Amino acid sequence: MYVYDKYDQQMVDERVAQYRDQTNRFLSGELSDEEFLHLRLRNGLYIQRLAPMLRIAVPYGMLSSKQLRKLAEITRDFDKGYAHFTTRQNIQLNWPKLEQVPDILAALASVEMHAIQTSGNCIRNTTSDQYAGVATDEIEDSRPWAELIRQWSTFHPEFNWLPRKFKIAVTGAREDRAAVQVHDIGVRIVEQDGEIGFQILAGGGLGRTPVIAPVIREFLPKQHLLTYLEAILRVYNRYGRRDNKYKARIKILVRAMTAEVFAEKVDAEWNTIKGGPETLTDAEIDRAKSFFTKPPYETLTETDSGYEQALNDDFGFKTWIGRNVKGHQQPGYAIVNLAIKETSVAPGDVTDEQIDTIADLADKYSFGEIRVTHEQNATLADVKKADLYDLWKELCAAELAAPNLGLLTDIICCPGGDYCSLANAKSIPVAEAIQRRFDDLDYLHDLGDLDINISGCMNACGHHHVGNIGILGVDKKGEEWYQVSIGGSGYSNAALAQILGPSFARSQVPDVVDKLVSLYVEQRQEGEQFVETFNRVGIAPFKERVYAAQ
Amino acid sequence: MPSIIKDRAIAASEFTVADAEHASVDGSNAILPLAFYLEHRDQLMGRNDIGVWLEAGDEIEELAAFVNELPVVALNFPAFADGRAYSSANILKRTMQYQGEIRAIGDVRRDQLSQMIHCGFNAFELADGQDANKCLEALDSFSENYQSTVVTPEPLFRRR
Repeated sequence: MYVYDKYDQQMVDERVAQYRDQTNRFLSGELSDEEFLHLRLRNGLYIQRLAPMLRIAVPYGMLSSKQLRKLAEITRDFDKGYAHFTTRQNIQLNWPKLEQVPDILAALASVEMHAIQTSGNCIRNTTSDQYAGVATDEIEDSRPWAELIRQWSTFHPEFNWLPRKFKIAVTGAREDRAAVQVHDIGVRIVEQDGEIGFQILAGGGLGRTPVIAPVIREFLPKQHLLTYLEAILRVYNRYGRRDNKYKARIKILVRAMTAEVFAEKVDAEWNTIKGGPETLTDAEIDRAKSFFTKPPYETLTETDSGYEQALNDDFGFKTWIGRNVKGHQQPGYAIVNLAIKETSVAPGDVTDEQIDTIADLADKYSFGEIRVTHEQNATLADVKKADLYDLWKELCAAELAAPNLGLLTDIICCPGGDYCSLANAKSIPVAEAIQRRFDDLDYLHDLGDLDINISGCMNACGHHHVGNIGILGVDKKGEEWYQVSIGGSGYSNAALAQILGPSFARSQVPDVVDKLVSLYVEQRQEGEQFVETFNRVGIAPFKERVYAAQ
Repeated sequence: MPSIIKDRAIAASEFTVADAEHASVDGSNAILPLAFYLEHRDQLMGRNDIGVWLEAGDEIEELAAFVNELPVVALNFPAFADGRAYSSANILKRTMQYQGEIRAIGDVRRDQLSQMIHCGFNAFELADGQDANKCLEALDSFSENYQSTVVTPEPLFRRR
């Protein structure tokens, strides 16, 4: 993974000093609430319902075991002994003290981490495919490109005060695990006539106005990545709406201009900087790639007899392998997903002990690296098949072996009204009620891939628009209600879910999910997933099932 | 004349910003609103004591034909969180190759200055209540930056 040199380290250290000074000026009354709000947001600090919340950047989801241990230590020293994995591959602390944040940042800086641009109207953490570098369907590893974008976007002097937040995602695989179609900019690595380049999408997003991003450039030669991004950002910075925060995202601008006109504007701007100093050199591309080389894999056969034996003997292990373990580029290795979705624990929450355990397991089984996924899970990317059974037993002991990856109970969920001051409604208790209702593992496995996404408000941090079943908390005269939509997808077949009808009380939500799922089971044809059945039969029968009895 | 920060030092301003109400072709050492300047361009052409200021939403390209006749171009920040003028400054300096003074006016505060310098501003009329000496110190909060900027045309990757 990427390792800081003196420049990277110096910038992060100077940011800690700058932020410490800003915090001191706020505490002494020199900075107003309003001014400090903008400054602290650019360092990931929100003031929440119960306490501040600090969002820590995990660039494209990659963490070392050393960084994880430091995070565990920070949750003990400065928080309540747990952390939260977010839908942007970041990590949040829910109980830090405002005056201690500079010390937390200093602790993070000691392991090459920071909270730079994790909130505020600036370019946020660049996300990517959690299986980058090991996925079997990969064209090229996306991480070097994500790192180049990270550096370019960090403290970009022109783009720190945008109309609204700005999110970039990169994928290098055929299956889109980075949800590039619902980002402000989506970067897809593509191959054309033997040359690697990028397909660029712009103006996608969720939130109040969900939009699937149009393609604005079919093929961008790789050396032009940063100048082209700069051109997009400049057009957005100049012409994005600033009069209404709900219309300020780039998707509104692209739609108002039309994708064609927007692309022309970008091209005109690009022509003034194309080929300029920000044009990537082969040396820089090679330097970025040098940090993401293959680990020292052993030469192994495709499978392992001990592993095959355990598959035969232990049904629990076999179930977990079937759901949570994925194929790997390297013979004899596998990708292991740890589902951070135990029932009765908020989705994505991990205790300090679990964090330490994950760090130990990463050292023991996966070259000391882990990845945080946008589904709020964690991935050990390089595990020998011969080690899988031992790893599984250790994960069981640590309550990290839930075999529910991608199943109905692997719910993506924002912190909601329990923590977040933006929320209209709670989301965590809804997730838990659904997890409790669907506790029959055989039934869950029979249902197969089924994404439930829950957001506590229109800001859509739980990505409810792209859930097969999306649940949105709404406020009705001071009461918490839930609007249900179905048929969304956040993958290559990206689609926005359609609203089912009038919203429900919280206690009704598990019943509604039950009815939707039972209709799917009755109507599905051989091998059909929930969303495929929905696409075939449409929304009407689902509506009828849910509202008929009411 | 207000005091400003110019070229990394506190200095007396040679120009006064005139709002639309007070703009006149008769005054001297004035920075006039873009619309007024364009309207009276025939009279003002060739004057080396008259500059122009732009609102954040004005098109900087409107100056393209004659920009290097102007001794100063000022860009207004209606609020410190409105970042449009950073792009205008960059285009003015790097695309239009403007050689004169680029002045930040309006809600100009300490924590914004180092970004402004990298986008081509070299003069700052600070917002009320800002401590000019502290602002001078804040110009150098960061000793390096990744990007190609007005201050460092070569991005870090070409220098590291």
